[in-house]
Formats: sequence, C-alpha cells, structure tokens
Amino acid sequence: MTTEQSIGDRIFTAINYTLLTLLVIATLYPLLYVLFASFSNSAQLLGHKGFLWRPLGFSLEAYKSVLNNPGIGIGFRNTLFILVCGVAVNLLMTSMGAYVLSRKNVMWNKVFMFLIVFTMFFSGGLIPLYLVVKGVGLLNSLWSTIIPFSISTFNLIIMRTSFMGIPDSLEESAKIDGANHFTILFRIIIPLSMPVIAVMILYYAVDKWNGWFYASVFIKDRNLFPVQLVLREILISNSTDSMSSGASAGDRFQIGETIKYATIMVATIPILCVYPFLQRFFVKGVMVGSLKG
Amino acid sequence: MGKRQKLRSRLIRDFKLNKYLYLMMVPVIAYYLVFFYGPMYGALIAFKDYSPMKGILGSDWVGLKHFEDFFGSFYFLRVLKNTILISLYTLLFEFPAPILLALLINEVRRKKFKRVVQTITYMPYFISLVVICGIITDFTNADGLLNRLFVFLGYDGQAMLQKPELFRPIYVLSEIWQRIGWESIIYIAALMSIDLEQYEAARMDGASRLKQMIYITLPGLLPTIMIMFILRMGNLLNVGFEKIILLYNPVTYETADVISSFVYRKGLLEFGWSYSSAVGLFNSVINLVLLITANTLSRRATQNSLW
Repeated sequence: MTTEQSIGDRIFTAINYTLLTLLVIATLYPLLYVLFASFSNSAQLLGHKGFLWRPLGFSLEAYKSVLNNPGIGIGFRNTLFILVCGVAVNLLMTSMGAYVLSRKNVMWNKVFMFLIVFTMFFSGGLIPLYLVVKGVGLLNSLWSTIIPFSISTFNLIIMRTSFMGIPDSLEESAKIDGANHFTILFRIIIPLSMPVIAVMILYYAVDKWNGWFYASVFIKDRNLFPVQLVLREILISNSTDSMSSGASAGDRFQIGETIKYATIMVATIPILCVYPFLQRFFVKGVMVGSLKG
Repeated sequence: MGKRQKLRSRLIRDFKLNKYLYLMMVPVIAYYLVFFYGPMYGALIAFKDYSPMKGILGSDWVGLKHFEDFFGSFYFLRVLKNTILISLYTLLFEFPAPILLALLINEVRRKKFKRVVQTITYMPYFISLVVICGIITDFTNADGLLNRLFVFLGYDGQAMLQKPELFRPIYVLSEIWQRIGWESIIYIAALMSIDLEQYEAARMDGASRLKQMIYITLPGLLPTIMIMFILRMGNLLNVGFEKIILLYNPVTYETADVISSFVYRKGLLEFGWSYSSAVGLFNSVINLVLLITANTLSRRATQNSLW
C-alpha cells in the first residue's frame, strides 16, 4: 500500500480523517461532559454557562447520594437476578431449540422452522401479550421479564447455523459410544461452539441489563423494579427529591442536578468497563449473524 | 391408499428415530405457542368487546367496530403520519449513516486510528436506552449542553423537547449518534469479502481513491445493504417506540405519538384493551405487507431477498 499518492487521493485522505475525527469528538464529548459534571460541585455547575472541559470543583456528594439510595441497591439486586436466571434460561432454551433444528432427517423440522421464523414478522401485539402474561400468572414477578423472552428468534437462528457447521461424524461416533441427544448436545456440540455461546451470553446479557419496557408494563411492585426502571424515575421523571430528602429545598435542587449525572455514571460504568473486552465477541456475533442474511 | 399408508409408516419411523429430539423440542415449541401464537390468538379481542370477567372466548363479538372507531378518529391520521414520517426520516438519514461510516473507515490505512474510531463510535450502543434518553432530556434543556452550543453560535436557548417541531430531528439525530458505529460493523464485515484484485486493476487504470470507493466498494456492499433495507421495511411501522415513550410528553404528542406508543397509552394506561389491540393488529398487518412487498421488489430488481 505504499504506492505514490496523487494530490486528489491526498485530499481525499485528509477529508476522510477530518470527518472521522469530528465524529469521534461528537460521540465522545457528551459522555465526557456527563463524567465531568458528575464530579462537579453542584452549586458551581448550576452557575456555569459555557462548555465543560474538566470537573468544576471536585465533589463526591452526588455519588454518595446515589449509592445511598435504597432504590438503586434494590434495582441492582433485581437486575442481577434477572440477568443470571434470565441468561441461564435463554441459553438452555436457545441451545435445545438450535440443536434440534440443526439435525437433518427430522421430519417436522421444516414445520417448526416455519412456525418460529413466522413470529419474527408477525405478532399479536402488546395488549394480547400482556393478557397472556397475566393469564399464566407472571404479572408482578421478576419472571415476567424472563420466561416470555426465553428465546430470541434471531439468536436461535445464529446458533442453529453454527451448530450445523459441526461435522456429523462427531455425533455419529458419540452415538456408537452410546450417547443420547442430551449428552451429545451438552458434551460435544456446546463445548465445540464456545465462541458462539459467548456471543449469545453477551447478546442476552446486554438485553437483560438494558431492559426496562416490559418490566414497566408487567411489574408494579417497586421492590421488584430492575435498575433501569429506577433510573427512569430519576432521569426521565426527574424525581431526585427522594434521594436528597435530608437537604433543604434549595440544596435539594442543587444536588439533584449532579445526582442525575452521577446516576448515569453509576448505571453505565459497569458496561463501559467491560465492553472493550467484549467488543470482539460482538463483532464476531454480527458476522456470524450476517452469514445467514 | 398406498400413499397414505406410506406417509403413516414414515411418520411412525421418524417419531421412533427422533423421539428424544422431539422431547427436547417440547419446551421450545410450547414457548412459541404460548408467548407468540397465544397473543396472535388473543388478538381476536380486537373484534370483540373484551372484558376480563368473560375472557377472550366469552366476550361479545363486535366485528370491525374498533377498527372503524380508530380509522374514523382524529388520532388515526396523526399517528399514521407521525409513524410514517419518523420512519422515513430514519430511513433517509440514519440508515445510510453507518454505510458511509463503513466506507470511510475502510479507507483508513492506519490500523490504530481505525481501531480508535471503531471502538469509540460504537460505545454509545452499549448505553441503555433509559440512560440515553436521560442524557437527551438533560442536554436539550433550556440551559442544557446543546442549548449552550446554540447560544454560543448566536441562537436562543429553549427547552427543545417541549417543541413539537424539534421532536423528529432530536429523535433521528440521537439515533444516528447511538447506532452509527454498531451498525457499521456489519458493512465493514461485508467489505472484507470484496476481491482485492479489483482495486489492483482499477489502480492500473488510474482510478482515484474516491472513484475506487464509488465504483468498487459501494457495489460490493449492495447485497448487504439490500438485506438490511428489506429488514428495515418489515419494521417500518415499529419505530423505536420505547425511545418515543421515554422522550415524548403531551405537548409533543402532535408530532411524536406513533402507532405503537398510541397502543401502549390507550391499552395499558387507559385500559382500552380491545381498541388498542385493533390498532396493534392494524400495525402488524401493515408491517407484514410491507415486508413481503419489499422482499418481492428486491428479488425482482436485485436478486437479493430474505426468502
């Protein structure tokens, strides 16, 4: 790639680098702003009118309030439950489905596949789903965010494609040794598919971590709110009052401003810390998924 | 006679051979039946006056009453227009953005710079929607970050989310901000399969970098673009209503309320279950029709299709 560059090509390269740099700044600055603001002194921040290039003053007050808020603790606990149980259910159900659907010579597989893929393109709608969830008695339970979402059809297809790529001979020799399908799936197919399993765990885990809508529809008990619902109250409904109830009205307003930013950081730092390590898995996942088209 | 018996014996043989596989499939099929086909059956209440006491079967049929109510109401044109406009703006501005980004990233020769750009641009995708909307709400405040930028440029600051005419731009721009990097991955992956000899040949013929991008890279991406486009079309009426519900308020319903947010409000907040189901069903059917149309058109025009 060390060929002579014409002037046109150089201009092209320069424009390209400029555009990309601008995009990087536009992506990063809002996040840095939140970071700086969260560490700022709230009175100073409130009086500040320009941009923010570093924390104004330095204060951990907002973080203290956020971490002392019982709602946040309960939220994290509930989300952890949903995450652990949910991803376990997801993996079990998705891998079983993907395994069966990846077998050849199973007469009904074509029918199953059609039934499943059809649901990607047509659905009964939100209200009927609500009635079903209500009907099976899952309302107001953390399981309402787990069971009705046991399988994402898109992930099922990714996993099935990957399972189909495993040579049949492995399965046959295991059968001769007396293995049944459960043994083949859990002892042979899954260990051989670790990259795809990792991708599935990540996809499902991010879904569970970020999920709020169905929880807001199915769960009314505040003690069962996942963390994103607690965040919604603080960030969108703007009810930081409960968090700084000890302070006087004026202070409350001031702290409220920085609490928002601290809340954002607390809720986002865990995922931002892991994502650079996860990113190659996600990229792989997209590529595996795109094979199917 | 013989045919039927053959089928029967085939069925029996298949069942004997694969009974454990079918056993494994039971929970999966049960899941799809209950949580996907169950609601499809439940959508019957769109044609009934559903009352929880009587259940789905026991409620009285009312035919197309709820559909007629919806089509005749003031809301119909409003939510339909909003849904279509928001979808179209997203399709027009947000859909091409990651393609453009992939093309630009593809031209970067410095590995390190490339990696930095990618890592940073897809960072926002991992931030939860609730947090993103919290940030949007805050930045568009009368003295929020965006307004400071506008004041800096000589405009007036204003509470942007209270302005109906600003809702769609805010929605679309923030979509680009959050999704551009993530969505570019799939195109970058597709770019890797383009034959390098084509570039070699083009260089021999004296094609500039820009020309190579337009005449080799872009056509190479076309199949992927088409598939993504068809999938988009199938979801045209399912604009990100979670985000809309988080961002809109009664002042901006005029431009922000879409079919699915309307379904949510009427059904779950105001308990108009049957009416809301009718609206939802209308949405699903149109989606299916759009998907089939887009797929058929694409297959005819470019040989790329989902099925």
